[in-house]
Amino acid sequence: MNGFARQRYLLDFTVASLMRRPGRNLSLLLVYTLVVFLLASVMLYSQAIKGKAAALLQGAPEIVVQRMEAGRHALMPAAYLERLGRLRGVAEVQGRLWGYYYDPAVAANYTVMAPARDGAAPGQVRIGAGIARVRGLAAGDVFSLRGYDGQPHAYTVAAVLPATSELVSADLMLIAPADFRAFFGLADDVYTDLALSVTNPAEVRQVARKLAERLPDCRPILREEVLRTYESVFDWREGMLLAVLAGAVFAFLIFAWDKATGLSAEERREIGILRAIGWETGDVLRMKLWEGGLISFTAFCLGYGLAHLHVFHAGAPLFAGVMRGWSVLQPHFALTPQVDALQLTTLFLLSVVPYTVVTLVPVWRAATVDPDSIMR
Amino acid sequence: MIELAAVTKTFNAGRPNEYQALRGVDLAIEAGRVTALRGPSGSGKTTLLTLIGCLARPSSGRVRLAGEDISALPERFLAELRLRRFGFVFQRFNLIPGLSALDNILLPAYPLGLPYHELRARADTLMASLEIDHRAATRVDWLSGGEVQRVAIARALINDPPVIIADEPTAHLDSRLSLEFLALLGRLKEAGKTVVIASHDPLVFETGLPDRVADLRDGRIVGVTP
Repeated sequence: MNGFARQRYLLDFTVASLMRRPGRNLSLLLVYTLVVFLLASVMLYSQAIKGKAAALLQGAPEIVVQRMEAGRHALMPAAYLERLGRLRGVAEVQGRLWGYYYDPAVAANYTVMAPARDGAAPGQVRIGAGIARVRGLAAGDVFSLRGYDGQPHAYTVAAVLPATSELVSADLMLIAPADFRAFFGLADDVYTDLALSVTNPAEVRQVARKLAERLPDCRPILREEVLRTYESVFDWREGMLLAVLAGAVFAFLIFAWDKATGLSAEERREIGILRAIGWETGDVLRMKLWEGGLISFTAFCLGYGLAHLHVFHAGAPLFAGVMRGWSVLQPHFALTPQVDALQLTTLFLLSVVPYTVVTLVPVWRAATVDPDSIMR
Repeated sequence: MIELAAVTKTFNAGRPNEYQALRGVDLAIEAGRVTALRGPSGSGKTTLLTLIGCLARPSSGRVRLAGEDISALPERFLAELRLRRFGFVFQRFNLIPGLSALDNILLPAYPLGLPYHELRARADTLMASLEIDHRAATRVDWLSGGEVQRVAIARALINDPPVIIADEPTAHLDSRLSLEFLALLGRLKEAGKTVVIASHDPLVFETGLPDRVADLRDGRIVGVTP
């Protein structure tokens, strides 16, 4: 009880002491909160967007096989389907048809796909929400595009793809395989690439290795590699933003260092009084520890809370453009609110601990001065 | 109760600005009485007071408190002694600005960690006896000179110490407030407290409050009366 009551008194005194200089402490708290808010926003957004991409890519094929010609991606003969199907460990092989289309009307690139299952009926198209927005289309409208031969190809919009997958489907057009071949002028015996699913997910790498041996003109692309690429892209963007913010963080560090280490004559005098009336050096240090901890912890909670609101409820208007990438077909999507313990701890350790420790340095110096200084 | 034997205090020892504030002081301070240290500025009164009040250690010599040698105690133990055995009234009272009278009075009690209701009861009793209970929540910056001095006394008494140390307490008070303050010290003496006061204010000595006066000059005691 004694120790607890003592700490409570020190905390009470610290709060009363902080309230005596509202301007100074509020300005410090404000800047501190802003810095935590910026850092936490970038970290939360990056984490959430990576999680979202990973969740969406769970449905992607485990291995994609592309044929190469002169170091470039070439069309895949249908005969390769047969050859790959006989490979031990391969559960299913599917030829895929996909490509890109530049729409000069809105200066945007579309990804055109013709999935074997759940695609679109002949003469129909399912489009991503991004395309629907820029072209002003809705289900039932006619979507007309100029094909490889310069002739117009018209499709009826069967549906707009769900907003939940917009991160990866904003620019997507799904049409029937026959329509795809007619639109791009592809022969019936070729595919863009092949998608493989394996019997045992643990053997993905072995299957990919055997595949590369059997078909030396092909390259296997693993789903985990695609995920890694996505993560790298988002990590790179996060790093770039943090580099830009580093200036703000550095300015804050100078500001905080100045505030935390510059003990005024009045503060020194007060420490002298406390020491003279019987406070131990440890009591003074504990009191200042509470002070630094209160300011930094409050700033951390406020900054993190605001960042959470900013990212998950307001759609991160400050950083979304940079983090999602620049595009005419900017995807609109809602991120799932989440709190990552490791991330939270990292931010806590980076924001609360250094400031609290820094405040102790000058106080320790002042608190070890002879208590009789107040009498002189 | 408090004995000083051959005490010296040297500041900035070994440096060009070395200064010897006390030179071989012997003094015995009796419990339950008022002892005054008298002398001109620079005579060593305040330095002697800091040694008596465990705010500093002597450069040489011995300081004994109730028979125990405290000359070489580490700072942590001296802080504990200051907390429990001494109450201080400083020259400018040294209250913490911006805090209320009550907060200032409670400050020396915080390290003891006693239950709040007990501390509050003590503070209320003290403030009522000093007639400042109606100013408990007022910031000390807004108090009158007389109220400030009574808050300082209440702060010195909150831990119920047996010894009160006062350094030039009337230096910044007018005659009326000085007399009021001295009357308060008289009441403390009647309550059994030991009071040590450093002053060169004639008023302190004219009231007859001190039971014993030690005259200092150039860091030495040049006379003790009676």
